[in-house]
Amino acid sequence: MDYKVKAVLVDSAGFARTITRLAHEIIERNRGTERLAFVGMQTRGVYLAQRLARKVEEIEGTGLPVGVLDTTMYRDDFRTALKQPQVRVTEIPFDLYNMNVVLVDDVLYTGRSVRAALDALMDLGRPKRIQLAVLVDRGHRELPIKPDFVGRNVPTSINEEVRVRMTEIDSEDAVLLVEVQQP
Amino acid sequence: MRKYASFDEPARARNLVLQGVRAVDPERNLDQVLDLHIRDGMLSIGPREIPADADVLDLRGHVVTPGWFDLHVHLREPGGEVAETILSGCQAAMNGGFTGVACMPNTEPPLDDAGRVRWVMEKAASLPVDVQVVAAATRARAGKQLVEMSELVDLGVRAFSDDGKPITDTAVLRHALEYANMLGARIFEHADDPDLSVGGAMNEGEWSTRLGLPGMPPLGETLDVLRCILTARYTEAAVHICHVSTKESVEWIRWAKQQGIRVTAEVCPHHLLLTDERCREFDTDFKMNPPLRGEEDRQACLQGLADGTLDTYCTDHAPHAWEAKAQEFDVAPFGVVGLETALGLAFTHLVGHHLDLNAMIARVVYAPRRILSQPLPAIATGEPANLTIIDPEGSWTVRPEEFRSKSRNTPFKGWELTGRARGIVNRGFAVIKEA
Amino acid sequence: MSLLSHKHLLGLVDYSESDITTILDTAERMKEILERPVPKVPTLRGVTVVNLFMEPSTRTRVSFELAEKRLSADTLNFAVSGSSLSKGETLLDTALNLEAMKIDVVVMRHKSPGSPHFLARHLDSIIINAGDGCHEHPTQALLDMMTLRQKFGTLKGLRICLVGDISHSRVALSNIIGLRIMGAQVMVCGPATLIPREIERLGVSVTHRLDEAIQRCDALNVLRIQMERQDAGLFPSLREYHQYFGLTRRRLEKAPAPLTILHPGPMNRGVEITSDVADSEHSVILQQVTNGVAVRMAVLYLLAGATTPPTEMKV
Repeated sequence: MDYKVKAVLVDSAGFARTITRLAHEIIERNRGTERLAFVGMQTRGVYLAQRLARKVEEIEGTGLPVGVLDTTMYRDDFRTALKQPQVRVTEIPFDLYNMNVVLVDDVLYTGRSVRAALDALMDLGRPKRIQLAVLVDRGHRELPIKPDFVGRNVPTSINEEVRVRMTEIDSEDAVLLVEVQQP
Repeated sequence: MRKYASFDEPARARNLVLQGVRAVDPERNLDQVLDLHIRDGMLSIGPREIPADADVLDLRGHVVTPGWFDLHVHLREPGGEVAETILSGCQAAMNGGFTGVACMPNTEPPLDDAGRVRWVMEKAASLPVDVQVVAAATRARAGKQLVEMSELVDLGVRAFSDDGKPITDTAVLRHALEYANMLGARIFEHADDPDLSVGGAMNEGEWSTRLGLPGMPPLGETLDVLRCILTARYTEAAVHICHVSTKESVEWIRWAKQQGIRVTAEVCPHHLLLTDERCREFDTDFKMNPPLRGEEDRQACLQGLADGTLDTYCTDHAPHAWEAKAQEFDVAPFGVVGLETALGLAFTHLVGHHLDLNAMIARVVYAPRRILSQPLPAIATGEPANLTIIDPEGSWTVRPEEFRSKSRNTPFKGWELTGRARGIVNRGFAVIKEA
Repeated sequence: MSLLSHKHLLGLVDYSESDITTILDTAERMKEILERPVPKVPTLRGVTVVNLFMEPSTRTRVSFELAEKRLSADTLNFAVSGSSLSKGETLLDTALNLEAMKIDVVVMRHKSPGSPHFLARHLDSIIINAGDGCHEHPTQALLDMMTLRQKFGTLKGLRICLVGDISHSRVALSNIIGLRIMGAQVMVCGPATLIPREIERLGVSVTHRLDEAIQRCDALNVLRIQMERQDAGLFPSLREYHQYFGLTRRRLEKAPAPLTILHPGPMNRGVEITSDVADSEHSVILQQVTNGVAVRMAVLYLLAGATTPPTEMKV
């Protein structure tokens, strides 16, 4: 699908500031980093989780475990989607039992992927608590899912989308508001 | 004219004129555009005045030859009426342009005695198609005891065969050849070595390997062809090889003829136009016995038909009910229908490509009748009208659902052909399809 | 449409390198799921799978059943004895009955080559071939390739030799087809009476000497030899077979480098393979079994995908 960039909501500098602010909020709300772990949702949620973990380590001096979660097998649109999505890596290199997990994703929209991620995490273990951190909340929830930490709230209309670019796989760090042109 | 188009109630050829046809009869050096007059089933050739009360059929552009004869057909009656009857098989023959067929005895019960043979002859007696019965060579086709050949020859039988399988016991084969020869009749052999072919479902080769199907080696047919040739030489008898399919068979038959050995042979459209690769989708419409072979075999068969090593072109028309063929490939019965596609296939792919029209006529009009010692039809004044009417430019698509045969198992479904049988005239009847 | 450009898995013959790579990559992901405390995902919930096993088989059927259940599909088993097939119902009628029951996926094993193709002509369901006579056994070849890829990193240029009754082996044919697509070099080794006609045309080399094969390959896939072949006169005795084609430790020691050993199972210990080889550190036979479930999960996942027109994908 082609898209047309309507606005640059967050530029590279703004991106770094948002990560820093989120890291501080997470540490504050959790009163420290005890039993804290990040789980990033494929794909860009993983890079965000890694950056947040590094920032928290910078601030608090302690390293935190980071897991990678692919939710493809838990989606609710299997058999109604155009193409079978690729199944990506899931790797949680620590025991989830009794951990305070911060689930990280780049864009929160209907809430369906987070619902799938919650089901996946439950099948993988029994965390003590799960909080949700997202870089952008674009509204239009279809399920009762609420983020605990939000980078930016961006109200959007139906034919708009929010695209997050990260230097790990894109050419820049940015949050873009785009207009989607249907093929 | 509508009245001549009926298959169920064929019209009498009392008084009709086939106008403007190109009449071709190589044995009479005839190849001319003229009018053919038919009165009470008898021919006279124009130019003459057309009687006012005659039915005149404008058949300009059509070719008329003496009636085509299919030397190898299965009419399935008695016992296999689900797949075909004598009536439906003859209608299929007419639709395909054949005025005569030789029907095989592997019915239930087999045609191995005079009573059964007479029954078939009587059923066919009133039809426009001349049905010659090939009787079984051995009782119950068991390959052991000879049938009562002289009684059957008195009835009109001129060929004996255990078709469907070979006569494996060479002593029995030898005796059958000698005895039939004494009576002026011939043994038709389905050439195969059953021990080599046992369990086989298709040709043994690259494709049976790719498809995991048990194979029937070409060696099986070739070995039996050679056995028949040498036994025929030893007994000085005549032998006919059914449905030749392998390159080596053609080579041995060619050699035998050069030696003056009395061997004749037939070839079917599927062995001339298809190869074993066609089985790749496991479609049982490509399963027959002998099976489709490799490209070298196909080319050898084409060459054999062209140079006359293979005397006649016939179909081995083998109808099967739909549900019989709708089974797993290795379990489904062998056989494909052919009466209604043979002529179209010949005109589209053979005549003008591998042999000329006169040679084709020799293969389908004269050769089969000579093999059965039958009188030869002719296009001449005073002769009984025995004609095949062909539209050489007529294009059509093979649609099995439109067949007159009760069965639909053809490997040529969907083929686009140029050249179609327009009708036949024979035994006082005329069946001519509307344009 | 799935990630694969196919509706069915009737054989590997029409699959591309990219298709096979997709299946193997997805199978690696599925393997991870099998190692979880709750080794189950809800992906095929509501999907009905019938295991139509018309030839006796426990291991393949169990492997498929496990794969289906791990994906939360509803599974039904139609086995030979006790089903309508043993009462003489034709394959066609069985197919039409399944069609009337609106089954999503049929996993079929049958003794006749082409029977899954037959079913595919008569049913709307997705058909997965679990072995059709002596024709193909695509999921076995896929799990063999997954195992080899895990061991060697790639299949390209890998030299594999299949040993045994090649002419009656669907495992051999699917392996030959699949490995050639992936760029491996394939050799077959067995008695002349058990090597099918013109197999060189499939791009494999042929030898009748196991010692020669051992010198020239990286891995051996040892096929089971069946008693029925001796009865059919295709080789004189199991004793002789073991003498000349049996894989033993002593034979393997002559290899220039240690060979990886595969076997589709079940093994005739002491005939085509000895225990000291089957249980050695170079044997990957047990990994094959684990990979089998993962590969079958991958195939089910990739084929049982979208069947209705696309709606907007919402995240």
